[in-house]
Amino acid sequence: MALLQISEPGKTQAPHEKKFFIGIDLGTTNSLVAVIQNGSPTVLTDKGNKELFPSVVQYKEDGTVIICNESNQEDLITFRSIKRFIGKNTKDFQKNKPYLPCKFIPDENIIKFEVFDKVLTPIEISSEILKYLKNFTEEKLNGEIIGCVITVPAYFDDAQRQATKDAANLSGLKVLRLLNEPTAAALAYGLEAKKVSKVLVYDLGGGTFDVSVLDLNDGVFKVLATGGNSSLGGDDFDNLIVKYIVEKFDLNVDNELRNKLYLYAKEIKYHLSDNNEFTIDLNKFGFKEKKFIITREEFNRIIESLVQDTLQICRKVLSDSKLSFQDLDEIILVGGSTRVPFVKESVEIFFNKQTLSNINPDNVVAIGASIQASILAGDLDEDLLLLDVIPLSLGIETMGEIVEIIIPRNSTIPVSSSKEYTTFKDGQTSMSIHVVQGERDIVSDCRSLAKFVVKDIPPMLAGSARVKLEFQIDADGILNVSATETTTGKTTSIEVKPSYGLSDSQIEKMLKASFENAEEDITNRLLRESIVEAERVILSINSALKIDGKELLDSREFDEICKARDNLEQKIEQREKDLIISAIKNLEKVSEIYISRRMNSNIQKIMKGTDIEEFK
Amino acid sequence: MAITITENAADRAKKFLGNRGHGVGLRIGIKTTGCSGMSYVIEFADTIEKEDTVFEEKGIKIIVDPKCLLYLDGTEIDFGKEGLNEGFKFINPNEKARCGCGESFSV
Repeated sequence: MALLQISEPGKTQAPHEKKFFIGIDLGTTNSLVAVIQNGSPTVLTDKGNKELFPSVVQYKEDGTVIICNESNQEDLITFRSIKRFIGKNTKDFQKNKPYLPCKFIPDENIIKFEVFDKVLTPIEISSEILKYLKNFTEEKLNGEIIGCVITVPAYFDDAQRQATKDAANLSGLKVLRLLNEPTAAALAYGLEAKKVSKVLVYDLGGGTFDVSVLDLNDGVFKVLATGGNSSLGGDDFDNLIVKYIVEKFDLNVDNELRNKLYLYAKEIKYHLSDNNEFTIDLNKFGFKEKKFIITREEFNRIIESLVQDTLQICRKVLSDSKLSFQDLDEIILVGGSTRVPFVKESVEIFFNKQTLSNINPDNVVAIGASIQASILAGDLDEDLLLLDVIPLSLGIETMGEIVEIIIPRNSTIPVSSSKEYTTFKDGQTSMSIHVVQGERDIVSDCRSLAKFVVKDIPPMLAGSARVKLEFQIDADGILNVSATETTTGKTTSIEVKPSYGLSDSQIEKMLKASFENAEEDITNRLLRESIVEAERVILSINSALKIDGKELLDSREFDEICKARDNLEQKIEQREKDLIISAIKNLEKVSEIYISRRMNSNIQKIMKGTDIEEFK
Repeated sequence: MAITITENAADRAKKFLGNRGHGVGLRIGIKTTGCSGMSYVIEFADTIEKEDTVFEEKGIKIIVDPKCLLYLDGTEIDFGKEGLNEGFKFINPNEKARCGCGESFSV
């Protein structure tokens, strides 16, 4: 028997047409899916009642992919935290070589991994997670996902946002919007209902720490400033506990023992979040008589410096946002590590303010995303515009490799800004534009986003030509650049391709080929259909004429039909659908008399010599 | 003429209604679609029309319009779990046949 969910008045869906809009928190460590069910946001759970899907993708040599499963088979290539690589290029990792499960393939732009006999990009690997979430959700809800909102960190740049969208497209999900994680958290707490509010979101996950300051004004969210540390999180708490144990007992640890102790440390952390003490017993690791009690105070002391680090980052972000402590109306705690009581207490003491933490901090971002998805789908009667800011300045390279900023960082999006540039040399007819992102003054220190050339500038004295450059960023944070040569009014149409190189990659080939060729395919098909029809008509006319054309038509009529037929044959040669169709119609028209005469004569032939009784 | 609701379904419905924050009860009905003729409707109700019939059952108002009531008389609303899925069920004595997937029915 079908199981039904309560719908909003008048929004019941027809059977077999169940459609859903979902929110996805595509996290570094874990991913979640939420959907509005029975009128309220629900985080979906798997068979084991788990809400968190590990963001882990594992490849087997035979091509099998294991997704969202912490399997420990040895012959697998395992990708964890693939989010750290998405939309990045190899240069981004030159200084800090991350841990990699397999070989990097050197490429100027996009990061590629050698996975057995395949070459995979972070986009393809991320899309496996999204595909898994999509299939799971469609099975669970027994319906089709029409659109989704995916959350991204507020500091994600254009390339990272575009790459996230590409991963979603590849997985077959339609992205209604990318939503900043802190904004999602604010939505989950319903803060959009307030008239005016300044919100700080403290997000301490497993491996990353993010702080964002949001300004809410009349239902409009603006990200005032963001900051964080991409390698600071709850996992570091665990590492500190391991270090503490190792030092306390002066242990000699190999990698295997370290891994075991690491898992043990997690257990200790969870326990001390709800209890005041824990008995550490190393007996199970083969150390006898190594046993002692760790108290919550002790644990707090161990992690204190890390927590202090997060608070210093908060202070900096707050000053970036030009707000003072007193200006903050709400502080939201996000991320599993904020469950540690000491973290919560420290934040509350630091800001001298109660925090919002009653929604499960693991779920809050996904819940916000599902609310945004259903607002965009028109399910919730709320009119909400979410404004975000760009995390890094966007500019272009000018003479001498100097960056000129066109849109400064923390500008709210959507935004557009333009500037005029001129030629450098007499008779210069083209201009190379290099779009960069970053805060540094020298081009090579910034991130290269795109390069293109404005051509056909009329030859003039240096400094006379005018090229107007316009930067536009849409609501998703995707950048478009256009250049107009103002003396001639000629606009050079330019599409900025993010420099991670995907424009030429598989995704585009796979997705766009079908779209780009769609029109051609249809035109071709219609043309072929018209030719087939024309040939059919010619064939039947010819055979009829051969049989009784001379009998039923006078020579003028006969010639007229032949002329129309020849005309049609000629039109087929021209391969123009519309011409062929009108020639068919013309031939049919001039043949009308002939056809009706044939009909009459045939009927007469049949009836001749037959008794009238037989027709009764 | 009666519509009933199980304890479990009533509890769930009240909870969902509470989460939603507004609404007077549940509106149930039928729609003429689907592969087997008709399908059930269960929605939050914000208003009660004057021709509606209201059944007050286990603390929740179940609202039905007169035409739908003809098809739903005697129905019990239950809440259940099947595999990954959970939701409301209609146990309707008027039902003659269901389509294979159970999403639509005929009387």
